Amino acid sequence: MNETTRDVVELGQWFDAYVADEKKIEPKDWMPDAYRKTLVRQISQHAHSEVIGMQPEGNWITRAPTLRRKAGLLAKVQDEAGHGLYLYSAAETLGVSRGQMDDGLLSGKDKYSSIFNYPTPTWADIGAIGWLVDGAAITNQIPLCRCSYGPYARAMIRVCKEESFHQRQGYEIMLRLSHGTAEQKRMAQDALNRWWWPAVMMFGPSDKDSAHSAQSMAWRIKRVSNDDLRQRFVDMTVKQADYLGLTMPDPDLKWNEERGHYDIGEIDWSDFWKVVKGNGPCNRQRLAHRQKAHDDGEWVRDAALAHANKRVARATRDAA
Amino acid sequence: MRRLPMQTSALPAPHAMPRERISKSKESNETMTDKNEWPLFEVFIRSKQGLAHQHAGSLHAADAEMAIENARDVYTRRSEGQSIWVVPSTAITATSPDDKSVLFDPADTKVYRHPTFYDVPDEVECL
Ligand SMILES: [Fe+2]
Ligand SMILES: [Fe+2]
Repeated sequence: MNETTRDVVELGQWFDAYVADEKKIEPKDWMPDAYRKTLVRQISQHAHSEVIGMQPEGNWITRAPTLRRKAGLLAKVQDEAGHGLYLYSAAETLGVSRGQMDDGLLSGKDKYSSIFNYPTPTWADIGAIGWLVDGAAITNQIPLCRCSYGPYARAMIRVCKEESFHQRQGYEIMLRLSHGTAEQKRMAQDALNRWWWPAVMMFGPSDKDSAHSAQSMAWRIKRVSNDDLRQRFVDMTVKQADYLGLTMPDPDLKWNEERGHYDIGEIDWSDFWKVVKGNGPCNRQRLAHRQKAHDDGEWVRDAALAHANKRVARATRDAA
Repeated sequence: MRRLPMQTSALPAPHAMPRERISKSKESNETMTDKNEWPLFEVFIRSKQGLAHQHAGSLHAADAEMAIENARDVYTRRSEGQSIWVVPSTAITATSPDDKSVLFDPADTKVYRHPTFYDVPDEVECL
């Protein structure tokens, strides 16, 4: 080993011990390149998910059944835009620009959560998304509030404060539908049938098949394993479904007395990977829509900047 | 070369690292901004009268006026604010992590600046 390599190795060991001691890393602190890369990848993917995640629900804003529902949904979707912004600025502290992240999303290089590649054909889907998708997101995000990277942890604290309204408004929609007419209840059950497994898969592959998990855990970026998070979500959600009088679409779901947890059936990961690879029901539509919004907004961004520059120029001239 | 402490207790801040060892990462730390990207602003919010403004996060805007408008929408959707400051991120001068020990460690040994340093009898009140 030459001097430089040895320095990097020692710094790396020092860094591992530092984060293992629950100390936080801030933007200008030294960090291993791989830690920085892992965070940029994770935070930008997380931001992209919030942004793309506005589409399935945005689909129902103009068709919400009442003004109350419309106001709630609009506020929820607006929150998701905010979550995307908190996260993009957290990623920017690591040296990546907003433009680079936009390119990453639009070129298809970066991923976003596969859950948003499923369609929302009925109003009950809005209930199911708030209840299950936001419910899973909360389960995932709570431990991230203790992540070793300060700006990410702070963004997550802000996000988690807002998410609980999302989940409650979703559950309230499901409650009204499942206690409504027979047709409404059928609609609620149908939405649960379609969203349950994709929501369960939101936690990612099992720990034994997850490539980055161990390193992320060691670095205190990830605090709880995929399988443990999934179990938390299942345990909490099964009881909520019971209250709705709806049936989980899993014949193998049962309480395991010995473990003190619910067991679920085999997860069909082939569907998950199909969607991740771009072949879900809405992948192309989601990206095309995002690209169009980006293109349509270009003249606005350019004009605002030109206007601002002109005002600065005028102020400088007047002062002279 | 200098030995670095490895034990987890009483670790120095990462900033105690000699400057030249971290120069490479430091450079990649400077946030890049594309030419036609709106500049970055830091947002500070007073959550209620009587409290100081506190850093809430950052956002992009074409100018300060738009930064205020955006900050209103991004950071105060639930009455989190009574007042907003925005500052161009480039206008902030900050201490460097490398100087942390030089600047802040000296205070650690000055225990006599704290009330508990002084011995006074328990039975004397209001001290
Ligand atoms: Fe969100
Ligand atoms: Fe949400």
